[in-house]
This record gives sequence, structure tokens and C-alpha cells, in this order.
Amino acid sequence: MEDEQADAGALGTGGATISQLRRGVTPAPGTTLGRDVQSKIGQHLRAMYDDVVRQGVPDRFLDLLAQLDEPANSEGKDGKASGEGKQR
Amino acid sequence: MSTFDPGLRKEIIEAIPNLRAFAISLSGSVDRADDLVQETLLRAFANISSFRPGTNLSAWLFTILRNLFRSEYRKRRREVPDSDGVFAATLTTNPDQTTHLDFEDFRSALDRLPPDQREALVLVGASGFSYEEAADICQCAVGTIKSRVNRARRRLGEMLSIDTIEDFGPDQPTRAAVAAIHRP
Repeated sequence: MEDEQADAGALGTGGATISQLRRGVTPAPGTTLGRDVQSKIGQHLRAMYDDVVRQGVPDRFLDLLAQLDEPANSEGKDGKASGEGKQR
Repeated sequence: MSTFDPGLRKEIIEAIPNLRAFAISLSGSVDRADDLVQETLLRAFANISSFRPGTNLSAWLFTILRNLFRSEYRKRRREVPDSDGVFAATLTTNPDQTTHLDFEDFRSALDRLPPDQREALVLVGASGFSYEEAADICQCAVGTIKSRVNRARRRLGEMLSIDTIEDFGPDQPTRAAVAAIHRP
């Protein structure tokens, strides 16, 4: 018990206790190492994902949506004027 | 042919960054992910009448994207080895609170997960969907999603613990510090 606390202190935020690391133990989720690793997994996963999210919307998609939204471009003749009356 | 309703259009645009992040996690390649997002938008536009206003647009788009990936991209992934975990290769910065090494370990571990597990973990752990929504997107039972997420977490935990052991094992200063503490 005492040893484990000391180990954890020595390792700082590293998570696992030294004795666990030395024994090559992989504790089940819910134990100290399990919880630390699990919270790290969550952090990394979100960091990785959010990094892409922060890149925003590339222009190619805005252009694409603008094109799709352009009535003239949608199926040519069946554009706004003739289309409107027939909708639904 | 209808056009996007302005409100819907705005929502779709807002969903794009998330769709890209999800697509990158599926395909492992930014280029392929962007193609996948483009096809998703085209498909969404063509089938916009099948979307019921008031339901979850984001989940609807994710479902389209995932189905496209399943039908077309998975085969290609096998053909074109792309094992270097391109997900994070797009990253320009590492998160402040973690070391470079940790992050590299993490992304290579994530890439080693079975696709089903990775997808479930990303949907629930990063995209912010509930288990129920993730189950809808993956067209499987809620219990299946839960067990995939759990297995993904456990496997990542095991892989990262092993990495941790390797990282800390030979670290002399740490061992010295521990030895000092243990000395009566």
C-alpha cells in the first residue's frame, strides 16, 4: 500500500505505479492504471478528432454546396420557373 | 429537383468538420476522407426528401458516409496499404498537455484496432453521439456498440500500457528516485 503511493508520487502524472510497470501488469479498467490510461485514451481521441474539426470547412465543400444549391445547375431545364408549380 | 432549405444547408455545413474527422478515422487518409465527404454531400442532396425534418441531421449524414465507406472504400483500403496511420499525419500540432511520444503511441494503437471497434469508439468518444445514435448509424444493437466501445478501450489500454512500460522501464532517474524513496 505504502509502496504504491510512493511509487505513484515518484511517477507524477505517468499513471502506473512503478511496481506495476516492473511486473508488467496490465490492470483491468477501474484500477488506478486502468483509469489513468482510460482517461488518457479519451483525451487523445478527442484531441485528434478536434484537430481535424478545427480545420473547419474546406472551400471545395462550400463550392460544391453552392453548385448544388444553384437551381440553374440542377437538372438544367427543370429549374425554378417550371419546377415551382409542379412541386409536390 | 429541390434545393437545400437554407436552415438545412447551414446545418449541413456545420456538420462537415465532424464528417471529415469521422471519415479520416475510417479511411485513414485525408484525401479519401474528403472524397467520402463529397460523395456524402451529393448523396444527401439527392436524397434530401428522405430526411425527416426534426430528426438528427448529423446522424443521418454520418450514416450515409459510413454506408458509402462500407460499400466502396473498405475494399480499397485492403488493396492500398496505408498502414501508417495517416489520421494524425494531418495534424499540425500535438495537444499541449501530452508529449509527442504519447500521441504517436496513441494514434498507432488506434490504427491497430479492428474497424468496427474504432468506428464505435470514435462515434461515442469523439463525435459525441449517444450509444443509441451510434447504434443507429452503424445499424446494429445498442449492446453491440457498447461492447465494441468497451473492447476498443480495453485493447487501447493494453497497447498503451505496454508502451508505457517500455517508456518507463529503462528510465534510470525514475528508478533511482524510487530506490531513494524506498530506502529507510
